[in-house]
Amino acid sequence: MSNFLTTSIGRKFLMSVTGLFLMMFIMVHLTINLLLIFDDSGDLFNQGAHFMATNPAIKIMEPVLALGFLVHIIWSLVVSLQNMKARPIGYKQLNNSQSSSWASRNMLILGALIFVFLVMHIIQFFWKIKVTGDPLLQHVTVGGEEMENTYALVATLFKESLLYSIAYVVGAILLGMHLVHGFWSAFQTIGFANQIWLKRLKVVGAVFAIIIAIGFSVIPLYFQIKF
Amino acid sequence: MSVINSKIPEGPLAQKWTNYKNHQKLVNPSNKRKLDVIIVGTGLAGASAAASLGEMGFNVKNFTIQDSPRRAHSIAAQGGINAAKNYPNDGDSVYRLFYDTIKGGDYRAREANVYRLAEVSNSIIDQCVAQGVPFAREYGGLLDNRSFGGAQVSRTFYAKGQTGQQLLLGAYQALMRQVNKGSVTMYTRNELVEIVVVDGKARGIITRDLVTGELQRHFGHAVVLATGGYGNTFFLSTNAMGSNGSAAVKAYHKGALFANPCMAQIHPTCIPVHGEFQSKLTLMSESLRNDGRIWVPKKKEDAEAIRAGKLKPTQIAEDDRDYYLERRYPAFGNLVPRDVASRAAKERCDAGFGVGTGLAVYLDFKSAIDRLGRDAIEARYGNLFQMYEKIVDENPYETPMMIYPAIHYTMGGLWVDYELQTNIPGLFAAGEANFSDHGANRLGASALMQGLADGYFVLPYTIQNYLADDIRTPRMTTEEKEFVEAEKSVKDRFEKLLSIKGNRSVDSIHKELGLVMWDFVGMARNKEGLQGAIEKIAKVKKEFWTNVRIPGNKEGMNIELEKASRLADFIEIGELMAHDALNREESCGGHFREEYQTGEGEALRQDDKFAYVSCWEYQGTEKEPKMDKEDLVYEYVEMLQRNYK
Amino acid sequence: MEKTINLTLKVWRQNGPKEKGRFETYQVSNISTDSSFLEMMDILNEQLISENKEPIAFDHDCREGICGMCSLYINGRPHGPDEDITTCQLHMRKFKDGETVTIEPWRAAAFPIIKDLIVDRTAFDTIIAAGGYVSVNTGGIPDANAIPIAKVAADEAMDAASCIGCGACVAACKNSSAMLFVSAKVSQLALLPQGKVEAKRRAKAMVAKMDELGFGGCTNTGACEVECPKNISISNISRLNREFLKARFSD
Repeated sequence: MSNFLTTSIGRKFLMSVTGLFLMMFIMVHLTINLLLIFDDSGDLFNQGAHFMATNPAIKIMEPVLALGFLVHIIWSLVVSLQNMKARPIGYKQLNNSQSSSWASRNMLILGALIFVFLVMHIIQFFWKIKVTGDPLLQHVTVGGEEMENTYALVATLFKESLLYSIAYVVGAILLGMHLVHGFWSAFQTIGFANQIWLKRLKVVGAVFAIIIAIGFSVIPLYFQIKF
Repeated sequence: MSVINSKIPEGPLAQKWTNYKNHQKLVNPSNKRKLDVIIVGTGLAGASAAASLGEMGFNVKNFTIQDSPRRAHSIAAQGGINAAKNYPNDGDSVYRLFYDTIKGGDYRAREANVYRLAEVSNSIIDQCVAQGVPFAREYGGLLDNRSFGGAQVSRTFYAKGQTGQQLLLGAYQALMRQVNKGSVTMYTRNELVEIVVVDGKARGIITRDLVTGELQRHFGHAVVLATGGYGNTFFLSTNAMGSNGSAAVKAYHKGALFANPCMAQIHPTCIPVHGEFQSKLTLMSESLRNDGRIWVPKKKEDAEAIRAGKLKPTQIAEDDRDYYLERRYPAFGNLVPRDVASRAAKERCDAGFGVGTGLAVYLDFKSAIDRLGRDAIEARYGNLFQMYEKIVDENPYETPMMIYPAIHYTMGGLWVDYELQTNIPGLFAAGEANFSDHGANRLGASALMQGLADGYFVLPYTIQNYLADDIRTPRMTTEEKEFVEAEKSVKDRFEKLLSIKGNRSVDSIHKELGLVMWDFVGMARNKEGLQGAIEKIAKVKKEFWTNVRIPGNKEGMNIELEKASRLADFIEIGELMAHDALNREESCGGHFREEYQTGEGEALRQDDKFAYVSCWEYQGTEKEPKMDKEDLVYEYVEMLQRNYK
Repeated sequence: MEKTINLTLKVWRQNGPKEKGRFETYQVSNISTDSSFLEMMDILNEQLISENKEPIAFDHDCREGICGMCSLYINGRPHGPDEDITTCQLHMRKFKDGETVTIEPWRAAAFPIIKDLIVDRTAFDTIIAAGGYVSVNTGGIPDANAIPIAKVAADEAMDAASCIGCGACVAACKNSSAMLFVSAKVSQLALLPQGKVEAKRRAKAMVAKMDELGFGGCTNTGACEVECPKNISISNISRLNREFLKARFSD
């Protein structure tokens, strides 16, 4: 099995499986986050966040998710390095926009930018919630249950900082671009595609990517515009 | 040397091959490993022979001038491959395939060889299917057949318009499997430059590594030449740019007989020449004639106006068009055999009715499109129409295609006996490189059949019969004087070529040779023209050996040097073709002598005088070659005048 | 309609495999737009020979788009600026008068340069030798119609089998991956009952050889499919992935 992961298809298989896993996470993440804009009192979102933070299944998934990110990132570097070695001397003139999309050729760059965004995102929310704490997180009581006011942390950031709001919109768009290619590519790599499904997956992938990008962009925009 | 023994086995026609196989000598497995077989060429014949002999346990060395065995020009065959399977139940049989091939060859092929070809044809299809060749199938899952020129049954198996490619890849894959196993050693970008004969037997070859320029000596207990035809003597042909006749010429110079050199096939449906920079001619599959109608304008002034660009073909009224094939051959119409269709096109163009540059006729699909709809035509010929449009930049759905005949295949080649052995013991020739099965004209879809028959099902038997006597011959070192001398002669020759340092490029001289060949040794020949051609070729030869310019040196890759060496041999073949055409005072198949035609302009054979294979023997550079005859005795088939009216 | 054009050519010249290469600039004039790209190269070479210079070495043979020998990277694209063709089928009407045309060899670690624009594609043969066949010997074969094959499968196998082994997929791929080439052969044989028998072994052996020879991995950019002169679909790559994963997981 160990040498399976060193074959070209094995390496890609790992990228694909972790990618699919991360996409599932993204969907859940977006679903919870959208609660932010459906209840300005914040109760709905706080309940959702509390559920996620206390649910044992999610607790187990947390380290798995971290591992998923780690493998996806490290392996992307391994794959890219191997692929660069396959062409030591490049072309003087390239005209490859005719034959492939920019996103498909630049998944590493997109991934790296998303990574930068991810670090910022973790520092702003995850780190404060889990480790350092923040005055905004003062406990509130929703439906008789006491929980952290995560809503206040998020809403305050988006209401008060135009810059961060823009950064989050950009992050969402980058993620969407990554997924336009990543979605169908993941299915192609695990062998789930043929002439007909290839076309379907590309359409589904594009729709998925647009939903993700718009979904995440809407949240900061909502706070910027409404408040 | 002049005693010609074709070694045809005893017995009735249908039993000859079985008898041969029952009585031939075999080599036991442990001895096979000790025997080296050199195979030059990796086309259908070469690759299939190398794979089969490797599987049997012989130690095979396989050579190709290309970067990969898969590039051999067999790959370009479009139409299909014949076999007497009789799957469509339309009355086909081994005998019928045999008979059609003999008749199509205008009664100038050997009965026993052709019968064997028809006999093994079925095994070829079985073999290819087992290899994973994706032949066309019907919805029921069984193999589909199509009809082809010169036959009344549907016996042609095909894989889209890429049958040659698929068959070659099948053989190539079988070959690569043996390479992987170590039973075949592959030498790519490696060209045969001399054959080594020791004590009267072929024992090896000298090759030039085309990348390093280094000369190499290779020993073999037997040598097989599967190097294709010499159509490029004409410069412009449908052959690949690298196709050449050099291996055959080396054999000829070593004493092998060259049989029927003048028999060259001219294919009627090629894209016409469009300018002097043209490098090769592109074939459009013969199948186009199933639905296309061939015509030229009836009136000379219309033809002139079209040539001047003042009139479009679609503007010519139906009554002003001359569908000359339908007019001359009402029974077969546009589906007459290749030689007949080609000559008829030339006749019209020579009479001033040609279109385009004057050397083209129309192949019109309008009536087929009106009758069947554009979609049906697109389904049948879509890829060919697209290819035409890419080259000519005209849409053949809207305006008729222009076509003109071009040199396509050479029936002539090294003389071989029933065992495919030349008159030099141990030197075999297979595929288009030999002369054996097509007589004076080859039928469509028969070249693939012959190449694979030779390689898969004939040579593996007959070569054993020869090698069985050689099991005690140890591998020779290539330090033997014959090898050393052969290498030296090659080195001298290359140095001589490089030392000429003249003013003309190889291609410019090759074009000059090609024009002489096309004008005088082409579709229609006559005594005076041929005599003139022999003188003109001699002049080209002199020009070549005194005025060719080859930049670079013999070390490393030197493409001009490769081309020059091949051209020197094409000139020899050109001479030989002219001599043979001059000698053969009759018209048969692809060889048409204007003096010998019926009142209606059809080919007139002279069976009482020329029912033989002309076998040419080399006499030295300055001397005329000598001709021997192998009489063709027809025991089973009656020689008839071909009639397509 | 036919006309003539003048061009500036920037051509990669390299004397031998280990030598350093460089771009040289040449002018060609009065090139008929009806001539093919390689005929234009012939004209340039005639010009060079007349100047007593070595002509440019480039691979070509059949000049009708089937042998897979021609392999030029023209203006940033394998086989140049036209669809579904090989270099030899590219015609000069695709270029404008006065244009500068850059001509490079295929670039890939697995395709080392031999001279000028000629690269060594032996790696493809080595991959086929590793398993791109059905292991049957000559003779002793059942009748061709003994096993019916669904027309759909046969046609799909034929589409995959139409690969000419030119290497444009590798040249086009930003990773110099040979996945389209390998997948076309694996697909063709996996689709047919004759090839199915050893499908697992074949997929594993061919992928292992491809990796060993230094081709990159597939990142599904799809450039290979677009530049393939024979239009081979990347759905074959998905099938290869499937065959390979099936084979590995059933070990």
